[in-house]
Amino acid sequence: MSTTEAALRNRAEPLPVAMPVAALRASGFPYIAIGILVLLALVAIFANVITPFDPEVGSLGDRFKPPAWQMGGSTTHLLGTDHLGRDVLARLIFGARVSMMVGITAVLVAGVLGTSLGILSGYLGGWVDQVIMRVTDTWLALPALTFAIFLAAIRGPGVWNIVIILAAIYWTRYARVIRGEVLSLKERDFVRLAIVAGCSKRTIMRKHILPNVLNSAIVLGTLMLGVVIVTEAALSFLGVGVPPPQPAWGLMLADGKKGLMAGYWWLTVLPGVCIMLMVLSANLLGDWLRVKLDPQLRAL
Amino acid sequence: MKRFIVKRLGYAMVSLALLSLTIFLFVRLTGDPAVLLVEPGASKADLEQIRSQLGLDRPIWVQYGAFMSNLLRGDLGQSFYYRTPVLELYLSRLPNSLLLAGAAMALSLLIGIPTGIIAAVRVNQWWDSAGKIFALLGLSLPSFWVGLVMILFFSVYLGWLPSSGSGTALHLIMPAFALGWYFAAAHMRLTRSSMLEVLGSEYVKLARIKGLPEALVIGKHAFKNALIPVLTLAGINLVIMVNVAVVVETVFAWPGIGRLLYEGIAFRDFPVVQATVLLGGAMIVFVNLFVDVLYAVIDPRIRYDR
Repeated sequence: MSTTEAALRNRAEPLPVAMPVAALRASGFPYIAIGILVLLALVAIFANVITPFDPEVGSLGDRFKPPAWQMGGSTTHLLGTDHLGRDVLARLIFGARVSMMVGITAVLVAGVLGTSLGILSGYLGGWVDQVIMRVTDTWLALPALTFAIFLAAIRGPGVWNIVIILAAIYWTRYARVIRGEVLSLKERDFVRLAIVAGCSKRTIMRKHILPNVLNSAIVLGTLMLGVVIVTEAALSFLGVGVPPPQPAWGLMLADGKKGLMAGYWWLTVLPGVCIMLMVLSANLLGDWLRVKLDPQLRAL
Repeated sequence: MKRFIVKRLGYAMVSLALLSLTIFLFVRLTGDPAVLLVEPGASKADLEQIRSQLGLDRPIWVQYGAFMSNLLRGDLGQSFYYRTPVLELYLSRLPNSLLLAGAAMALSLLIGIPTGIIAAVRVNQWWDSAGKIFALLGLSLPSFWVGLVMILFFSVYLGWLPSSGSGTALHLIMPAFALGWYFAAAHMRLTRSSMLEVLGSEYVKLARIKGLPEALVIGKHAFKNALIPVLTLAGINLVIMVNVAVVVETVFAWPGIGRLLYEGIAFRDFPVVQATVLLGGAMIVFVNLFVDVLYAVIDPRIRYDR
């Protein structure tokens, strides 16, 4: 984003000190995005209450049943069944749980790791900075998806393995941005005064630097959520992510290929729509937070 | 100038060394490498034999030395499945990957640059909003899902395009679009912001004051300068495309490097997986080096800066 544009935005939008509802509306508060995310979170939490079907067990007699409104569909399976006769709606609902869990945990782990290393690197400088930044650069050079597949091939499939792999790949983005912010923060007067006042390096990093980079970390995390969820879906789609028969949206897309040429659209379209809704909402929320919380990140 | 290039080359070498070290350590530290390096279904005696053959009982730095000397001689190991050297396999698939990436790149620039310019010239009008939605969707939709839905629509329902394989231009359309949409969005966003910056500059103001027609100001004075960052990004993205195409190539059974990687996973052919990651990383290190040096040649400020 150009500086002129950033300047225009700066002028147009007041700082979010106190935000009455009217101001929120004027600033493009992403109601729909947050609504979708909250809805998906509720669905994920109460998955076993909402649906009467077991997402992992089906009856082969009910294979490839279309959604209820199509010819041959029934109200028992509202969104139809897959190649093993499992209820698609139930799998979508439980899939939300897997996606949310993997996405949020991976973003948190990557965020804590990347932010800590970014602060250490930026504040301590010297050889610590050199080592951390060389490693960061190298990891950034590895194509993310290929790297993830490589790690997944070593670790084998499994939900927690995916979380570890995603965190291991994406912490570098945090480290880079946070280090940059720390470099400018540590020249500011409040940090100098803290040094004069005799604070230890640890205290300065924890009490003075950390609170000031937290906004950026939150914005990055929200934007990263979408990336992480798409990567998880891609890994599951390729067969190195969430292991079957667990319900994950990426895995459902891989299964959906079995009915694709026969035109069983619901197996392909519906899981993708779920991924899209979640990623789009996370991106919209992230964009909004970026503009609201952190003017420096607008150039990202 | 020479000093800058030498220094930058040194950085690239350090990156490559760290890259190989990272890959090497991950394989050694996250489990028994013999299990990964031996064909699936091998007996215990086979495992022992391979372990001593590969020197897995030697100290780890000796192993790294052996690993590196093999790499430097271009020996990336033997594929379990195809029974040929991995490098040979990789190079035989590379042209297909480049063809797909080239087509996707052409598509992304053809879409991204004009829409980006229109969005910049008509800021906040409906064109701009439509462009923003197109970009947001491109950045949010998983490329493999776009591919699957296109197969459903254009191959299964309409029967216009072949659903998989390669060979004709028709085979190229859907994978190129599925892969290119994300990059079209990225190129559109950059063109827009780059154009906005250039349109606010002094020489564009001067061109306007001179009374040049607006089409000439935008088409000649602004466009040419706004294009530089976009083309740089496109150069880097081309290499990235080759390496992220794995899901799209899997969906369309396109015989490129991504498909090779997928087969590597499916057949538990670990040397193939390892080589694909290594070469992918090396490619990105080299393209970054190339772009940096090119910039230094064009812009003297950069070479004195560092």
